[in-house]
Amino acid sequence: MGRYLAIRFGRAALTIVLVVTFAFVVLRLSGDPALMILGPEAPPEVLAAFRKAWGLDDPIWFQYLDYFGAIAKGELGRSMRDGRPAIELVLERIPATLALTLPAFVFKVVLGIPAGIYAALHRGSAIDRAVMMTAVAGFTVPSFVLALLLVLVFAVQLGWLPSGGQDSWRHAILPIVTLSLGGAAVLARFTRSAMLEVLGQPYIRTASAKGVPWRKVVTSHALPNAAIPTVTILGFMVGTLIAGAVVVESVFSWPGVGRLLVVAVANRDLAVVQCILLLVAMTMVTSNLVVDFLYGFLDPRLRAKGAHA
Amino acid sequence: MTPLVNIQGLSVAFNGVPVLRGVDIALGKGEALGLVGESGSGKSVTWLAALGLLPRHAKVTGSVRLDGREILGAPAGELDRVRGGRVAMIFQDPASALNPVLTIRKQLSEALVLHRDLQGNAVKAEARRLLDLVGIPDAGRRLEAYPHEFSGGQVQRIMIAMALAGNPDVLIADEPTTALDATIQAQILELMSSVRREFGMAMVLISHDLGVVAENCDRVAVMYAGRIVEQAPSNQLFADPVHPYAQGLIGALPPLDGPRRRLTAIPGTVPDPAMMPDGCAFAPRCALASDSCSLAAPTLAPIADQRTVACIRAEASRRTLLGIAAE
Repeated sequence: MGRYLAIRFGRAALTIVLVVTFAFVVLRLSGDPALMILGPEAPPEVLAAFRKAWGLDDPIWFQYLDYFGAIAKGELGRSMRDGRPAIELVLERIPATLALTLPAFVFKVVLGIPAGIYAALHRGSAIDRAVMMTAVAGFTVPSFVLALLLVLVFAVQLGWLPSGGQDSWRHAILPIVTLSLGGAAVLARFTRSAMLEVLGQPYIRTASAKGVPWRKVVTSHALPNAAIPTVTILGFMVGTLIAGAVVVESVFSWPGVGRLLVVAVANRDLAVVQCILLLVAMTMVTSNLVVDFLYGFLDPRLRAKGAHA
Repeated sequence: MTPLVNIQGLSVAFNGVPVLRGVDIALGKGEALGLVGESGSGKSVTWLAALGLLPRHAKVTGSVRLDGREILGAPAGELDRVRGGRVAMIFQDPASALNPVLTIRKQLSEALVLHRDLQGNAVKAEARRLLDLVGIPDAGRRLEAYPHEFSGGQVQRIMIAMALAGNPDVLIADEPTTALDATIQAQILELMSSVRREFGMAMVLISHDLGVVAENCDRVAVMYAGRIVEQAPSNQLFADPVHPYAQGLIGALPPLDGPRRRLTAIPGTVPDPAMMPDGCAFAPRCALASDSCSLAAPTLAPIADQRTVACIRAEASRRTLLGIAAE
């Protein structure tokens, strides 16, 4: 078991290093922060001084080593715009983002999973078809289109809700709805197919042949088995809690991590972008680890394999 | 005497395609009935339909009486009491027949709580006794194990224990040994016949292995293309099959004693259920078929005490067989 854990953690760490490295290289190759922040009109000597101050005139491998050295000391750099520590800028935006993504996550689960189960149990019925059509619509329509559509209807036409900003809880409704619908659709489809797969298994027939009432066959025989693939998707959704609302935050001018990321990328505010990506990679990797352990909890066959690995 | 289970005119259609076309079976108390036939002949479907275990899109008609009481189309609650409580069923593939995420104790206890009204420690004690009974060593500890920790033969033993949990009057064994090694096969069959004697259960053994059926059953029904074509006491059927299809099946078996002879094969294949020929479904493959065979499907008619056959050429068929035997 110890070896198994070590391998898992080692892989997780490697993933994070790869993400950070990739971000580091791409950001430095794709534009000059000095030009972005000071503007094209800035005198050359000011630009040169800016580059020198931030170490941008050093060779890229030197900057890279420097960056990792700083991370090892727990320093994630400072914003090139206002000189504040990047981590501070990011952390103060996290509550705003979670205010959207956490309720949205709950709605996804509460809507998507029961809808998927119901559709599977009533396969081929009118309700199944309706759920699946909604689900297909839900995840094929991009979130910015859905967001604009909701703004058009509920903010512009009906005037019930504000179209953007963060002044009251009413401002959060449309962004949360936008985030929830797409995710609920994905979950519904996934849960439905997981359920259908399980319901076709011989052990379901065995349970019925034993005289177990259908309701109990579903709850104690089918659901625990269907939970295994569904947890994968849930884990992925937990991984996107921090930075999964980039588009929606931009459309609704919601001052969360997502919007900070968009602004920081546009400005090539390197430390801020890298800090966010590091955080995202860490949440993703952590939620994947948790999912792996949940598998072991849900499926005794994997528990045995894990113990031997 | 009214039979324990009486199936009459049982028909099943999937999406309008008939797969079972009027099956009559009577099963007496404590009797062992063998049901043989090729894959797709409707052996399993008969019992799945009788117990209401087919998917919803299957259209089931006819009558299934248990102790004279109609159970076909009975309310769900009543069917749940019959399944496992009066009629238990075990299936072919032990590897997938048990729920992989539940312990053996949970799966065994379910039937005990449902049909025997046991509670608390009594459930566990009884579950342990049943595992012991079917020959799982170290039963107390193994109760907490999961299905993947057992071999195929052991899982089939557990399935039998689960079937016994409800103290049923009938055990339907659907190809119980097909997926097992020959030695394990013999052990499982031995176990089944010993628990049957002990519990006084009737048994329906569904199999395409004629040898298994001959050894374990009092009576045999041969199915072909969704119908029963011949019914007889085991020894009579194997010594003297009348329906050309039954003759074909038995002719394809090597004899254990007597002179070596060339094994015969039945030409052709089972017709597609969607394109059943008019009249006798076996006629296109039958050496004795005449024009009249394709006019109407023959019904089961008595030819001797306890024997019925569905063939208008039964007499001719019998003579041919005797002719072969005289050679």
